Amino acid sequence: MISNTWLIPFFPFLGFLINGLMGSRLSKKIVGLIGCVSVGLSFLYSGVLFILMLSLPAQERIWQPEFYVWVSAGKFLVKAAFLIDPLSMIMMLVVSGVGFLIHIYSIGYMHEDPAYARYFAYLNLFAASMLVLVMANNFLVMFVGWEGVGLCSYLLIGFWYEKKSASDAGKKAFVVNRVGDFGFLLAIFLTYWTFSTLNFNEVTEIASHRFHVGDAVITAICLLLFLGAVGKSAQIPLYVWLPDAMEGPTPVSALIHAATMVTAGVYMVARCNVLYLLSPISMAVVATVGCVTAIYAASIGLMQNDIKRVLAYSTVSQLGYMFLACGVGAFTAGIFHLMTHAFFKALLFLGSGSVIHALAGEQDMRRMGGLRDHLPRTYWTFIAGTLAIAGIFPFAGFFSKDEILWESFIKGNVIYWFVAVLAAFMTAFYMFRLVFMTFHGESRIDASIRDKICEAPMTMLLPLTVLAILSLIGGFIGIPIIKRANLFHEFLGPIFGKGMSLPEIAHSGSASIAFEISLMVISLAVALCGIWLAYLMYIKDTELPDRLAARFSRLYNLVHNKYYVDEIYDALVVNPIKYLSSALWLIFDNRIVDGIVNGTAWVCYYLSVIIRRIQTGYVYNYALGILVGVCLILGYVLLI
Amino acid sequence: MAQFNMNLLSMMIFFPLLGVFLLLFVDKENQALIKGIGLFFSLMVFSLSLVLFVSFDPQTAEMQFVESATWLPELGITYHLGVDGISLLLVVLTSFLTPICIIACWEDITQKVREFIICILFLETGMIGVFVSLDFFLFYIFWEVMLIPMYLMIGIWGNPARRVYAAIKFFIFTMVGSILMLVAILVLYFYHGAETGNYTFDILSFYTLDIPFSVQFWLFLAFALAFAIKVPMFPFHTWLPDAHTEAPTVGSVILAAVLLKMGTYGFLRFNLPLFPEASYYFIPVMCALAVIGIIYGALVSMVQKDLKRLIAFSSVSHLGFVMLGIFALNVQGVQGGILQMINHGLSTGALFLIVGMLYERRHTRMIADFGGLSRQLPIFAAFFMIVTLSSIGLPGLNGFVGEFLILLGAFKSNPAFAVLGATGVILAACYMLWMFQRVMFGGIVYEENKKLKDLSIREIGLLIPIVIMIAWIGLYPKTFLSKTETSVNHLLNQVHSRVLADKNSGSLLSDKDLISKGVVLSGGCSLSGSSGITVR
Repeated sequence: MISNTWLIPFFPFLGFLINGLMGSRLSKKIVGLIGCVSVGLSFLYSGVLFILMLSLPAQERIWQPEFYVWVSAGKFLVKAAFLIDPLSMIMMLVVSGVGFLIHIYSIGYMHEDPAYARYFAYLNLFAASMLVLVMANNFLVMFVGWEGVGLCSYLLIGFWYEKKSASDAGKKAFVVNRVGDFGFLLAIFLTYWTFSTLNFNEVTEIASHRFHVGDAVITAICLLLFLGAVGKSAQIPLYVWLPDAMEGPTPVSALIHAATMVTAGVYMVARCNVLYLLSPISMAVVATVGCVTAIYAASIGLMQNDIKRVLAYSTVSQLGYMFLACGVGAFTAGIFHLMTHAFFKALLFLGSGSVIHALAGEQDMRRMGGLRDHLPRTYWTFIAGTLAIAGIFPFAGFFSKDEILWESFIKGNVIYWFVAVLAAFMTAFYMFRLVFMTFHGESRIDASIRDKICEAPMTMLLPLTVLAILSLIGGFIGIPIIKRANLFHEFLGPIFGKGMSLPEIAHSGSASIAFEISLMVISLAVALCGIWLAYLMYIKDTELPDRLAARFSRLYNLVHNKYYVDEIYDALVVNPIKYLSSALWLIFDNRIVDGIVNGTAWVCYYLSVIIRRIQTGYVYNYALGILVGVCLILGYVLLI
Repeated sequence: MAQFNMNLLSMMIFFPLLGVFLLLFVDKENQALIKGIGLFFSLMVFSLSLVLFVSFDPQTAEMQFVESATWLPELGITYHLGVDGISLLLVVLTSFLTPICIIACWEDITQKVREFIICILFLETGMIGVFVSLDFFLFYIFWEVMLIPMYLMIGIWGNPARRVYAAIKFFIFTMVGSILMLVAILVLYFYHGAETGNYTFDILSFYTLDIPFSVQFWLFLAFALAFAIKVPMFPFHTWLPDAHTEAPTVGSVILAAVLLKMGTYGFLRFNLPLFPEASYYFIPVMCALAVIGIIYGALVSMVQKDLKRLIAFSSVSHLGFVMLGIFALNVQGVQGGILQMINHGLSTGALFLIVGMLYERRHTRMIADFGGLSRQLPIFAAFFMIVTLSSIGLPGLNGFVGEFLILLGAFKSNPAFAVLGATGVILAACYMLWMFQRVMFGGIVYEENKKLKDLSIREIGLLIPIVIMIAWIGLYPKTFLSKTETSVNHLLNQVHSRVLADKNSGSLLSDKDLISKGVVLSGGCSLSGSSGITVR
């Protein structure tokens, strides 16, 4: 059972090979079946492992199957091996489970696409890479998955490569991610030369015994790793690729750019929790970046009109929450939010996909409205997801987000809490703005497609329903306040307990239950305010947004244009590099080096032209030369 | 078996020549037969190299399959061949790619076919000869022999517009280095003779020679210049884009895959073991040039408009990695460097084949003339994508293992250079993916591109072996790394022990110098440089 866990990523990889090599010759039915079944098998396998794991006592819940020696040079040795413990178990279930649902959804969504097989091949490859990422037992194998998911993201964002914006977005995603990977790679080097191993558990072991809080090398490792996480999980300043990634098919956005891949950074930070706990500076960096990203992205989300872009910015913002949690040391809360977010954000994306599908590709919310009656099931599931992300009791997001808010208050400081609450307000506002603009009010849909709107097929509605249920009940495994009812904490205890039990980690005190409850009430009230404001502006008085925009036009333009960050990056980084490269080539290569080379040739040529004149071909000239030579030699010999 | 093994290397060297001899008697109009003969002999060599690879003993650093025969005894010249872990993979790579090249030119070359095949076979002899020679004189002969067919290939079958310019530039650049190397070889020869009374060109006997630093300094420079031009290292690289661009497809493939490796091989075979102190002394210079090469090559590659030129500059960048690994002077770096030589041979070789396939279809190499080919050529697109990813070092494919080990090793001995070198990883993604996007993605702009045919069976057949190797090295590099490890350790021992001995006698460098250059002298560190664990 354990020694065959390589099958878990291998099933989807096999699916990739079959669909990739022969997909064009198979019928769509078979292609879809292979795609879904392969991921389904992984989910099944993971589920069985999960049950097996639960049957073990908490301390024994760790398996490390090793397969073969992958790279070895001198003493450096890295095995292809997995680490299956409660943390990776949760990730495996989320990845294969949500992945499975999204594969099913794709059958319906992508049905018309001519490159159906290619789509499923890529999606399967993604599932395989993502599983490798979360199951790896060392940094290098994780890096394989890490780059693998980056590749699939590149391929799937640019899936409709004939559109320039799509292939541009894919390339942008890959390159920006590579900037992060650069940090990850350096972190791996530094880790190896510090610990002489890349195995997670060994690193943790050595770090907790031989290093002290605040050691510079640990801080360096953590910050470099975090650079990788910032790239993959789209945080400031490397978040710019994620909104553009919405060029890909919507199920891809749901799976890769919301539920799984973008959370890899959070997972990695959580995986290295002991290292981070040893480095208060990096913890502060993680928390601050997370916190700032949460509110920054939420503020951009307020004014986007593209339904998927709103969701994209909300993803960036929610990832910020997860990092905030990790940064204040509440890793369990971070992973908890990661899981619930996977449910409700996948749901929201798939729901938006259902809307886009019904409207024949329309993504602009200004040309939607009143869809509630046309798409009832999409609407109701979408509402479930929206309530969850807004943090309304008893939806999943309520539990996980409140835990983060609470922990950031207790373990962090009040500023983190305040900013996070403000971001929660914005989240509630823009999500309901989205719902009101899309499903309520008067229809602003093109007349040409208004009559053809019909609810999505069963393959699409089924995953929506399952995810809606999960968004509703998923939070209850992590019930706060009541001791021992928090199954999630208990399950992850062995992972995050280790770091917390470090002697030098200060335990910030526990506060009263009444205080915790009052904070919850505050955040709930804030979320409701956000909803009410959205109602006011987009249902009640629909002129109000325009009036406000006119009144604060400067601010509006700044935020509406996403703070001009893309333009700034172009001006400061992209264009200078292009000019520099051209200059190097045209001036250094062509003028200087080749100038010297060709100059030498030129000099030789003209010298020989001059010297050639001596070669006249007349014997008397040569005889004269000989005579002069003889005289010189004789003179030399005689005189000296 | 023993007897058979004894002559394995000679057979590999002279089989292609036998093919050349046969070709002289074949009617030059009978193209199929000519190519068939070429293919047959190159496949024979390849199968011999498989025997070589399998029966190579990875446990010893001694030269294996050694052949030694007196040749010109009065000058101390012998016919001395052998392989070790450093040359083994390069020999196999050469014999692996030659048949692929012959298949690749099957339809491409229609003029003077017989001469072309003769050139390829001659090249193979020269290339294998360079890698297995253990006598300086013999080495130099092969080194120069190789130049001529390459020069002819560019000059005769190249792109008519600038082929002569490119061929001459290639020839002169290489010649300048070669001449200096020849002088250095002679200096070594006479120095060895004067020291030991034994005038010989035998390379192995030079390894024990203790040369004063002042002499090493100049000899290192002479050899280094010859090899740096070949690699090519910045700023001696400008011949490469021209040679690549103007050469026929097969010429580019051989040039990139094998000829460039002669430079890096030369550093490993000669510069490090012969001039260890000088090698130490020049670490900063070499590493700096390597890193400049990595970044410069990548940046310039980004703005190229011609596919072949772009790949040529990417070679400058990739070979910079190899040099960085070699001058990390630890096991990881050097092993990674050797593996990266092979990787570059495979992926860049394949890239040139792929561009050649495009050229055969469209007769242009300008990126702007393409666009949107993915729809038209799905199989081609898949191969192109895999090779591109291999070239940008995607984990799971070959490029990653090499680059990773190089940077890991370099990070140990020279963190600053490693950090700068690692930016090449970002830049590689930029220029390769941008190129891929412009060629393959988007809509089709030009009518001509709508009629392109996807790959033929022949073309698929010649790419598949390369792709298999790309995946193999990426997933299970141990097959190859294990063959090189012992020799690399031995080489590093040679270098480090000599430098350390000097240090102990206080003759060369101060303590501080040595430590700053990466040799940690105190506990917990092995001199082979294989590890330096500093766990507190």
